[in-house]
Amino acid sequence: MALTDTQIERYSRHIILKEVGAKGQKKLLNAKVLIIGAGGLGAPAAMYLAAAGVGTIGIVDADDVELSNLQRQIIHSTEDVGKPKVKSAKETMERMNPDVKVNTYHMFVDASNIRELIREYDFIIDGTDNFPAKFLINDACVLEKKPFSHAGIIRFQGQLMTYVPGEGPCYRCVFQDPPPKDAVPTCKQAGVIGAMGGVIGSLQAMEAVKYIIGKGDLLTGYLLTFDALKMEFRKVKLPSNTHNCAVCGDHPTITEPIDYELNVCEDKI
Amino acid sequence: MDEIKFDEQVDITDKVCPMTFVKAKVSIDELEDGEVLAIRMNDGEPVQNVPRSMKEEGHKILKLTDNEDGTYTLYVRKVEE
Repeated sequence: MALTDTQIERYSRHIILKEVGAKGQKKLLNAKVLIIGAGGLGAPAAMYLAAAGVGTIGIVDADDVELSNLQRQIIHSTEDVGKPKVKSAKETMERMNPDVKVNTYHMFVDASNIRELIREYDFIIDGTDNFPAKFLINDACVLEKKPFSHAGIIRFQGQLMTYVPGEGPCYRCVFQDPPPKDAVPTCKQAGVIGAMGGVIGSLQAMEAVKYIIGKGDLLTGYLLTFDALKMEFRKVKLPSNTHNCAVCGDHPTITEPIDYELNVCEDKI
Repeated sequence: MDEIKFDEQVDITDKVCPMTFVKAKVSIDELEDGEVLAIRMNDGEPVQNVPRSMKEEGHKILKLTDNEDGTYTLYVRKVEE
């Protein structure tokens, strides 16, 4: 499939790049990325991926847009309050770029639906804000052999890592189990600076693009942390031994995704 | 003067920078390693920049001929990474 004149112009700043070119742009147009959570992280990730011409973008979220979301969830506007987030996100992405097909999933992911959901996508972005969802996504991606970008943001801090099957530790290798309920506040309780979603969500989009075009080094085996108050990025090397991991280790005890109990105060992004 | 044999040709006289290079690059990306692209371009900025950009991409510049109508034709051999 050749690029049209319109596409050549739209993606010219990609095509100029030696690492992308027409071939890389075609890979993007043929790629399928699933974004779980249309919130602080998912909003900028979805917008950059739509602008980049990722041909199929799936977006999952059960919630409606609330006024308190708009300080950071830039894919939604004031008139979208009350609308399902996936609908609002789809409308924004389609306005940005008609090359993109947006699949919406107006639901929560859980152990019963996640494996089937991620199966048809090439790369998964975890834009959720709670530990049960993060472990669920990790385990499902390990079991389905899907690469994914994990990220989390709170207050003035953010972090992300990338899992690619067979190329380094998974999220559970590093964090083992969800923390006890109430041990860690959610960003609903703790607050989060709006631009943090922009920084970290854009980095997740960057990882997805690099994975699709097959260039550069991904954050596999590393956790990148960002402290906005100190304006410090740290790239922390993660343990390379994954043998004892309960899901991706040599003798896994987890063979199906698990629904951990959600803290009642927690709220999806 | 020997004519250079080429496999594909593209006319970028309808474009300005940076779309001149973008259009040429999309054409050369479609070729196989070792094939030759003939690029027709306007005198001036394109002649200054397109051959240099093609060289920076790792391709081999074979010849630049003056068409004596205000345009030039650049012959480039594709070098796959």
